[in-house]
Amino acid sequence: MAIFYVLLLFMIIAAIIAIETKNLLSSVICIGAIGFGASLMFLFLRAPDIAITQIVVEVLGLIILIRATISRDLTFITGDREFFGTVISVVIIFVIFLAGIRVFETLPDFGTAIFAKTEGSASQTYIEKGLDDTGAANIVASVILDYRAYDTLGEATVLFTSIIGATVILRRKAKKLLEEPD
Amino acid sequence: MKGMTIIVKTISSWVKMLIILFGIYIILFGHLTPGGGFAGGVILASSYILLMLSFGREFVEENLPLPIASKLDCLGAFLFAMIAILGLVFGGAFFVNFLYQKYLPGQPLELISAGTIPLSNIAIGLKVGASLFLVILTLSICCKDFKPNTPSDGKE
Repeated sequence: MAIFYVLLLFMIIAAIIAIETKNLLSSVICIGAIGFGASLMFLFLRAPDIAITQIVVEVLGLIILIRATISRDLTFITGDREFFGTVISVVIIFVIFLAGIRVFETLPDFGTAIFAKTEGSASQTYIEKGLDDTGAANIVASVILDYRAYDTLGEATVLFTSIIGATVILRRKAKKLLEEPD
Repeated sequence: MKGMTIIVKTISSWVKMLIILFGIYIILFGHLTPGGGFAGGVILASSYILLMLSFGREFVEENLPLPIASKLDCLGAFLFAMIAILGLVFGGAFFVNFLYQKYLPGQPLELISAGTIPLSNIAIGLKVGASLFLVILTLSICCKDFKPNTPSDGKE
């Protein structure tokens, strides 16, 4: 259990540094540290699927972000915060914190699944009948590609649409059309 | 982007095949070991990102041109939708695992098992890899046009 608190503390400190630092590049590296902490946490929670995905995406995203920030000139962020906006955001955070305490009191303890006790619940059915129904030894694959395949189809559609949008906006021909007078 | 020194180029040309092999392993064994289509596709894309960082964008654009990458992207999405519709045709419902239930049961824990799940993994891996490659290619093309350091360069 102690390793989770150490990782959480590490991630919170990295997040605070990422917000507070004036240098853009060190902020990006701190965001990468948060992601690697999250992937370590998934590994200790025995979710290797998510840990692999998280670490790979994190490496790729870090490379892209560093590449994007290095190609720009590294300007230091200056300027003070507004007093009114700071007060409003602190009040909102405090209200959400108070509401969160009430919600977290009702949650079950860490590591005890309430659905596992219920007879015939969805998660228990997946664990018991997953191998017989789909034949896949990896139960995550049997859930995301057989039981919940609609979810994966939706995710693929979202990715496809976002790629189309990015390619259309950022392609070279559109820029040339803008530059040339008709 | 011009590319890096000859040390980086040599090392990355050796490592790229290992990364591609690892990505293919993650995709093909997605129904047996941790991993799957999404993680394997990202690994496949990252091998091309390594090439792009070390050799420069033009080299990668010659290797895997943008039209072919977008066709691979569309092919992955098409294959995944096709597997779903084949489930409707042969199994009676959308996304039914018809291969496992009717035609090819297979033993658990073997490579050829679990019916349509490995096929879906391959389709998703193709789609995710090509998509992320396209994102970074278009972003780097876009990055080239903005040159805040040298506005009066005159090269463009």
